[in-house]
Amino acid sequence: MRIIVGQGSCGIAAGAQKVYNALENSVASYSDLTLGITGCIGMCYLEPIVDVYEGEELFARFVKVKESDSKRILNAAASKNLDGVADILIEDEDKAFLSQQTRIALRNCGIIDPTSIDAYINAGGYEAIKKVLSGMTQDDVIEVIKTSGLAGRGGAGFPTWFKWNAAKESKGEEKYLICNADEGDPGAFMDRAVIESDPHTLIEGMLVGAYAIGAKEAVVYVRAEYPLAIKRLQKAINDAKAKNLLGENILGSGFSCEMRIKAGAGAFVCGEETALIESLEGERGMPRLKPPFPAQSGYWQKPSNINNVETFANVAWIINNGGEAFAAMGTENSKGTKVFALTGKIKKGGLVEIPMGKTLRDVIYGIGGGIKNDAEFKAVQMGGPSGGCIPKDLLDTVIDYKALGATGAIMGSGGMVVMDSSTCMVSMAKFFLDFTAKESCGKCVPCRIGTKRMLEILTRICDGKGKEGDIELLEELCLAIKDGALCGLGQTAPNPVLTTIRYFRNEYEAHINEKKCPAKECSNLITYEIESDKCKGCTLCAKKCPANAIFGELKSAHAINQDMCIKCGQCVTLCKFGAIKTN
Amino acid sequence: MCQCHEKSDLTLIEDVLKEYADQKGSLITILQKTQDIYGYLPIDVIYHIAKRTGSTPARVLGVATFYAQFRLQPIGKYLIMLCQGTACHVNGSERIEAAIKQELGIEDGETTADGLFTLKNVACLGCCSLSPVMMINDETYGSLTPDKAITILNELKAKAEEEK
Repeated sequence: MRIIVGQGSCGIAAGAQKVYNALENSVASYSDLTLGITGCIGMCYLEPIVDVYEGEELFARFVKVKESDSKRILNAAASKNLDGVADILIEDEDKAFLSQQTRIALRNCGIIDPTSIDAYINAGGYEAIKKVLSGMTQDDVIEVIKTSGLAGRGGAGFPTWFKWNAAKESKGEEKYLICNADEGDPGAFMDRAVIESDPHTLIEGMLVGAYAIGAKEAVVYVRAEYPLAIKRLQKAINDAKAKNLLGENILGSGFSCEMRIKAGAGAFVCGEETALIESLEGERGMPRLKPPFPAQSGYWQKPSNINNVETFANVAWIINNGGEAFAAMGTENSKGTKVFALTGKIKKGGLVEIPMGKTLRDVIYGIGGGIKNDAEFKAVQMGGPSGGCIPKDLLDTVIDYKALGATGAIMGSGGMVVMDSSTCMVSMAKFFLDFTAKESCGKCVPCRIGTKRMLEILTRICDGKGKEGDIELLEELCLAIKDGALCGLGQTAPNPVLTTIRYFRNEYEAHINEKKCPAKECSNLITYEIESDKCKGCTLCAKKCPANAIFGELKSAHAINQDMCIKCGQCVTLCKFGAIKTN
Repeated sequence: MCQCHEKSDLTLIEDVLKEYADQKGSLITILQKTQDIYGYLPIDVIYHIAKRTGSTPARVLGVATFYAQFRLQPIGKYLIMLCQGTACHVNGSERIEAAIKQELGIEDGETTADGLFTLKNVACLGCCSLSPVMMINDETYGSLTPDKAITILNELKAKAEEEK
């Protein structure tokens, strides 16, 4: 029996390392048990997760495991008796989280050991590059990718074959293949999960891409905030090199390709491909004017091709199974599958990979199990700061580049943040503008000044100081920035504002005209009050109030000093009697 | 705090410069390794890097100030990285931030007078299912409430007191 602990970053944050250490301390006394790790299975809401395998078969999956459960798990695995561990076994309902998915990019995630190249090879790894190097031409490879309909998974959805072909056609001996792993959308972690859980899939996909365009050097630009991903990818690169799957004359084919990692330093704009190139060259990550496109003049002015992690993660599967198999999934204009990071006010948050063409409802209610505490669904935010909020009556929108684009949001890189009625949509727009204004590189005026002006207007609306005409002014600014900004960051920065105005205009109006926040979120527009008939005088809120704004005697009704209150809402969550009301 | 008169031990980065100073495009790598050594980027070291890489202090400082990872000031014993990602925002990170600021009496980017805590808002730590989340040094704390966050800070304070 093999005991496997899921060790992605979020699993570790939830305590997986401690669980692993506890298991490690005792496992030696069981002669037929071994202990290992895997990456992220994607069921974040159940972490830490421990799997028990008998051969290749999953014997049992334990969820929300604590250190103190380790002995029980080892005993159950050794005796093959699950009687004493029923409380931590995964429930049938949660098994459906995975069974409703179709996993291609994530095919090995949470199953194989990401630190072992042999585990990847045993799972059919590096067969695609062998196939490519034993007789396929560059055009053959590009043709397969064209047939598959694979489009850029970073958000823009540009056909991958077209970029590869353009880079291949560009003149010059020296070409570069670059992987964009600068996953900056707040609330998105698909790429991190792929690198941490299955780094060789990325390497193999990149090798195929490098061969197709004729690059001898490949670079992975990884966010510095992902130290574990960098560590596992570096090990994978070293291991692949040792097996001659990277480096000179790969597998005796005559094709050579070196690969290295470049750690980013924390700038959202570096997700834009020309800004990423500037950063790779050691400069401030400020976008370049296009054209020339990177395919003509990119890294060190040489032809370069840049794809996102998830795009590369699909490539080996496509080569092995054929372009047609990939194209068989999805819709007319969007082929294959897409990975989403499902988060926010969702019951079952995690990583989800589904064929294009499913609806948002399938993902949020089918796989995600609906809204936390059975609250009312309000909107889903897709595409992060470049995307938009999709309201309840569009829940049946199919997941497809065109259909999502029509809502004003975008497919994006895969962030899917679910919101319930407690989220203020004006505040949401302000949140994203605050982000883009801070992350704007400052090169072009529409983005540098425009996002700042929009943020000021949104801030005053949230503070209850909004003026008549503010909505129209925002709309005007949005269009000007969309038209005038130099790069994708600026051009898409208005999307969160435009979509919230489009679908939740009444909330803007309530803030401006009535000075009210319907979601009761904007702190300047709400007050907390203790209802004296419900207050038992337990003093808990007064003791815990970080601002010492609550006063009252034991066993008598308390009150809040409104001048001192910082509106943290702590008292509301603490009160056991529901005595604190939000006005 | 002005660091114009800082006298850092420049020999500490000699190995880094030997390896990277002449490699084109490696300024960010040099700065990352420098920060690993000093804990931040002292201004005299920035001048030194500029000289050794054949660049100007303005360019090096320009790169250093562009990226969120680099800091020009030393940080406290505990670096609180408070996640402000979308999922954390939806789940109430602003309330956590208000409580921490109130408790420590500092704003984002500042360090407490005792040198114990530095508060830094960060974009997304990627542990969205545990939101709201903060990371202090290498430890991640999830499912925070204002109360829980303050309890954690107090525990660290007590721990630092013990170590003294």
